[in-house]
Amino acid sequence: MIGQDLLGIEFLDREKIELILDTAEKMQEIGTRDVKKVPTLRGRTVVNLFFEPSTRTQTSFEIAGKRLAADVVNFSVSSSSLSKSESLLDTAKTLDAMDPDAVIVRHKVAGVPQRIADVLDAPVINAGDGAHEHPTQALLDMLTVYQEKGRIEGLTVAIIGDIAHSRVARSNIYGFTRLGAEVRVAGPPTMLPPQVEALGVKAYTSLREALDGVDVVMALRIQNERLGGGIFPSVREYSATFGLDRAKLRFARPDAIVMHPGPVNRGVELSHELTDHRPSVILDQVRNGVALRMALLYLIAGRNFPQDQE
Amino acid sequence: MSRVLIRGGRLLDPSVDYDAVADLLIEDDRVVEVGIGLEAENAEIIEAKGKWVAPGFVDLHVHLREPGQEYKEDLASGGRAAVAGGFTSVCCMANTDPVNDDPAVTQYILDRAAKDSPARIFPIAAATRRLAGELMTEMAALKEAGAVAFSDDGKTIMDAWVMRNVLEYSKLVDAAVVIHAEDCGLRADGVVNEGRMSTRLGLPGNPVEAEEIHIARDIRLVRLTGARLHVAHVSSGGSVELIRQAKEDGLSVTAEVTPHHLALTDEITEGFDTSTKMAPPLRTARDVEQLRAALVEGVIDCVATDHAPHAVYEKDVEYTAAPCGVLGLETAFGVVNDMVQQGEIAPLELMRRMSTAPAQIFDLAGGSLQSGAVADVVVLDPEKSWVYDPAEGFSKSRNSPWAGEELKGQVSATLVDGRIVYQAGRGVLAR
Repeated sequence: MIGQDLLGIEFLDREKIELILDTAEKMQEIGTRDVKKVPTLRGRTVVNLFFEPSTRTQTSFEIAGKRLAADVVNFSVSSSSLSKSESLLDTAKTLDAMDPDAVIVRHKVAGVPQRIADVLDAPVINAGDGAHEHPTQALLDMLTVYQEKGRIEGLTVAIIGDIAHSRVARSNIYGFTRLGAEVRVAGPPTMLPPQVEALGVKAYTSLREALDGVDVVMALRIQNERLGGGIFPSVREYSATFGLDRAKLRFARPDAIVMHPGPVNRGVELSHELTDHRPSVILDQVRNGVALRMALLYLIAGRNFPQDQE
Repeated sequence: MSRVLIRGGRLLDPSVDYDAVADLLIEDDRVVEVGIGLEAENAEIIEAKGKWVAPGFVDLHVHLREPGQEYKEDLASGGRAAVAGGFTSVCCMANTDPVNDDPAVTQYILDRAAKDSPARIFPIAAATRRLAGELMTEMAALKEAGAVAFSDDGKTIMDAWVMRNVLEYSKLVDAAVVIHAEDCGLRADGVVNEGRMSTRLGLPGNPVEAEEIHIARDIRLVRLTGARLHVAHVSSGGSVELIRQAKEDGLSVTAEVTPHHLALTDEITEGFDTSTKMAPPLRTARDVEQLRAALVEGVIDCVATDHAPHAVYEKDVEYTAAPCGVLGLETAFGVVNDMVQQGEIAPLELMRRMSTAPAQIFDLAGGSLQSGAVADVVVLDPEKSWVYDPAEGFSKSRNSPWAGEELKGQVSATLVDGRIVYQAGRGVLAR
């Protein structure tokens, strides 16, 4: 983390991750109340700057902000100025001049949140950039695993699917390894990025070996634009080799949980049955996503994050 | 008659392997004498004690953007940037608008350059019409108009049959064909070197093999045709080995390397700054090491900048959407002089790779300080440190990975045709 921005997990230390997770646990209680709103961020403005549509993530941030009484404004770019070839950084500067307290950026190209953070006074939260990072997803995944297992240290986590094009995989690799878990990645060789082991993981092309004895199985979504092209022969073959169902899950520990960042391509990454029932915890992930994003808005837009010592 | 006496410098003339302290006397546009204790009446004196005096640098690879993209650069601003960087001759690539695939465009560039540019400018014409990789250009007419070589730089001629014909036909005009070697299919949408960094950053990777496969193909086509091939901006250690083998096999293959590929690695793409985006991309520390060794050894013949100006707003976009290329003319010496500072290359040999060798590859004047040679000269202060600020420079653009960086080695003066066209502290003096 650079200053108050949250651009990725790669440079986030263990203490900060734990602070965020602890804060999120406190926020969970608010979501169980009859009136799910506290005045903590009253008078603060949070902007959702989404260059790539994502109803789920955007809604999660919006609900999180509203539960803390912040004013949440959605600035989605399909309806705005980039079509008039205004430069990316011009858009960011324009937004900055409106003095938001936090800007949440989602973009299909890696690095955009960082470039925007470079020119913005307001803190930036990365809500997913290309195949680079998706830190809030990883943090809510860590929160979910922590609450399921009571710990993260010493667990083994297998991430299955298109690692090469996945920001969720990268952020989770950094996060879980930093908290002391062992992380494995698995997929067809065309979906494993070059030198992925340099990120601190073991890479597998056999699902069976990858799942052997793991505590957590995380299936990644096959992006729609990849379904037709090039890096794997067919959905049927992918599903047969790397799709999860109860039979394949038997390679994992008996108490293993199954996660997915959503939305699931049913019958591709996960069987119908596994999508809807334990040990999959997909809806817990979604629920935790709101609490986790409340925690981040509290810490970042509320300026409650301990400052880095310079 | 005008006279310039450059006094007391370390004279480095690679054309005759001369490396000693001496004076250099210029009359009008020619070198007339090299010697100790020269005197000349009414001569303008340049004191060069502690400095190097060498043939003006020759750059086989620049993009000067005129005609068509004068908002990025033009022949005047590019020419000023050249002489400020010690370059007395630069060869401009054909990817202008319109493309330099017609003798009228070549002639236009030469006319404008003669009027506007303090540096000599030599056009490289397109090898295929509109750089489309399909139909070859009228090479004889283009050569007649003044083109010094042929290239589709920025694009790759992917069809081997077309490339074979371009090479065959180029023998008619005895000119080199310059290749931008990247297999477009394998490169796909890659924007950074494929490897640990592309995996970390989540940016699409471009493997070294995309370059190496293409160089290997074209070396085979040189064997088939007997033509002259010049490989632009070599970026990988594997490419060096292919070129070495081609030379050992006696083929007419030459190669250049850019200052940025000699000095920088893909590690600097870390912050997603688009001033680190170029084609081919920056590679690894191991590649840098191999490229530097190849330049010392002469497997790579020369340094060329691939000076590629782009407007600020064009670069202030997503990494994948930004155009490729960085400025190079004004920083070249300060960057490559590091190899002398590190003891990797002798000053005389570095000067060879900056002037004499490239001049020979395209049969250009220059590259010599012998009596009677054209008086294109650079005076360099190899020990002087300075901080590069593109806003203070002569290019119209600012896309440099060295913005704000301290460089050691500065151009003190540049002479073209015996006239002082640039002097540190005074700026560009002619045109």
